[in-house]
Amino acid sequence: METPLLSVKSLTIGIRRPKGSDTIIVDDLSFDIQQGERFGIVGESGSGKSLTLRAIADLLPKGVKVLSGSILYNGAELVGMPTAQRRKLMGPEIAMIFQEPMTALNPVIRVGDQIAEGPRRYLGLSKKAAMELAIEMMAKTGIPDPARRARAYPHELSGGLRQRIMIAMALSCGPKLLLCDEPTTALDVTVQHQVLKVLEELCDDSGAALAFVTHDLAVVNQTCSDLAVMYAGHIIEAGRVKDVFSDPRHPYTKGLLDSAPDFDQPDRDLVPIPGFPPNLAARTAGCAFAPRCAFAVDACTVAIPPTLEVAPGHKAACIESERIFEGILA
Amino acid sequence: MLHRLRFIPGRLVQSIPVAIGVTIIVFFMARLLPGNPALALLGQHATKASVAALSKQLGLDQPLWQQYLIFLGRLFQGNLGTSITYQMPVTQELAQAIPVTLSLLGLALLLSLVISIPLAALAAFRPGGARDLGVRGFTLLGQGMPQFWLGIMLILLLAVGVRAFPVGGYGETAGDHFYYLFLPALTLGITMCPTIIRSLRSSMINVLESEYVGTAKSKGSYGAALFRGHVLRNAAIPTVSVIGVNLGFLVGGSLVIEKVFALPGLGSMMINAIFTRDFPTIQGVTLFVAFFVVVVGILTDVVYTILDPRVDLSSKERA
Repeated sequence: METPLLSVKSLTIGIRRPKGSDTIIVDDLSFDIQQGERFGIVGESGSGKSLTLRAIADLLPKGVKVLSGSILYNGAELVGMPTAQRRKLMGPEIAMIFQEPMTALNPVIRVGDQIAEGPRRYLGLSKKAAMELAIEMMAKTGIPDPARRARAYPHELSGGLRQRIMIAMALSCGPKLLLCDEPTTALDVTVQHQVLKVLEELCDDSGAALAFVTHDLAVVNQTCSDLAVMYAGHIIEAGRVKDVFSDPRHPYTKGLLDSAPDFDQPDRDLVPIPGFPPNLAARTAGCAFAPRCAFAVDACTVAIPPTLEVAPGHKAACIESERIFEGILA
Repeated sequence: MLHRLRFIPGRLVQSIPVAIGVTIIVFFMARLLPGNPALALLGQHATKASVAALSKQLGLDQPLWQQYLIFLGRLFQGNLGTSITYQMPVTQELAQAIPVTLSLLGLALLLSLVISIPLAALAAFRPGGARDLGVRGFTLLGQGMPQFWLGIMLILLLAVGVRAFPVGGYGETAGDHFYYLFLPALTLGITMCPTIIRSLRSSMINVLESEYVGTAKSKGSYGAALFRGHVLRNAAIPTVSVIGVNLGFLVGGSLVIEKVFALPGLGSMMINAIFTRDFPTIQGVTLFVAFFVVVVGILTDVVYTILDPRVDLSSKERA
């Protein structure tokens, strides 16, 4: 098997406290992304999905640190890599698209110049050539009249256009891995669909792999081939998107699917998951989802459940998985 | 860009009533000073008759409102009157003093920016860290030091002690001027630093935490390039208005500093004029300072508009 493009192993992210125990936000996370793969990371707010992405991009907020584990990009260790060296990967190798196109663009710089910044740095282009590339990238993302729009400031553009600018910016240096942090959450549904299509097309063209963080299952279904479901800093289920969606093996995944509307079954009742995500500062032993789980048994609160292969390429971390889902299927 | 600067003519028109108000206050406030210029000119031993004669000659025997109207009428002709003490047109006096004070202010602003920007960046990079604490100590110290005391200390240290700079005066050539102005400008600049550093530091901290700096990092920007490209300009925007306001205060400070360093600028001119009750000179200097503050206000808005493309003062309807 070829080496994966990105290999995250036992990644633990948290807040280090000199006195007392550290607050663990992402706990012992492992996953691989292959060249050109479309990998979705799904979870509700606070599940640690965005922080995982930010750890890969070296953009963790102040105070939050990678406590242990490793992130291998093309075999190179990113954790502990000096900033200067690591930033050289950002742009030509790894790029990122953010959730809020309103705040993610510098308000005082023309968008064309913001796109041209990377190509000038990495591709050694002149100011003029970089601007031509920026305009070309804008055209590729479907921005009408790109030469004029390149001279606009972010506040003069709509949210959809701004997110297209972000996409043009992220892809301008031809990255092999594109990190997307809920790129469509701030957009309305029609624009969301267009932006996703542009993103997919451009990734198809360039062969870039996609790490796509979202809480929107429909978006994952449309965009990704593989996914990991996160809950309270753990991956509780992972596999091919079609396998996980058609045959979820963790009660939380099942709960997520039941709580989201499905256009194929418009009459199905939505079933919310009771309760709230746990407080990460006060972790309890055992499965983090146990307090909200309808199927929990005593054993669930004793130890963190191991991740088991329930079908080829489909893993779930639930000790009761077999009993629960064999029962449903039977 | 240009269309966003359309507010300037309107702003100039708005400053006319301000200017008229200033002339009224300046004229009558000066008359509140005890004593009279004729007495000041002739000395303590002058006879009543000679004082009365000189007062008549200077037009001081007329009712105040008439004196004001005469003053205003001359003002519109660009005539600020004749200095009672030196018997030369006030405009001519001003023409000699203004370049001194403006160069002093300009150099002071430049020096304070040269000091403040790196210090603010140093502090903002790791808030709460050792360097931040050091910078905060400096700003606290800077705010506590009286200007004239700092000036005297710098003279003692750098002019008398090390003999690197002259003790006072203005010199003859342009190179001389710069050399002579350096210490007083440094004094003024240092006193302006705390305000600039505080403002810059807090806005830099905000900018460094903003999402667009994350975007810049995700494009591979770091260190000095990140700072120049994505932090400094954004952080400077709120600081520009702080500097604008403080330049007004700086003029006040320069009056004292000019005296300490024996610079022939507006400050020395003003203080001498007050001692001799030289009304036309007092009025001339005060009017110029008021004019300067108005211009600085407009300039602040211009710089603001240039730095921040979201600002459009021209399109805003005045409430």
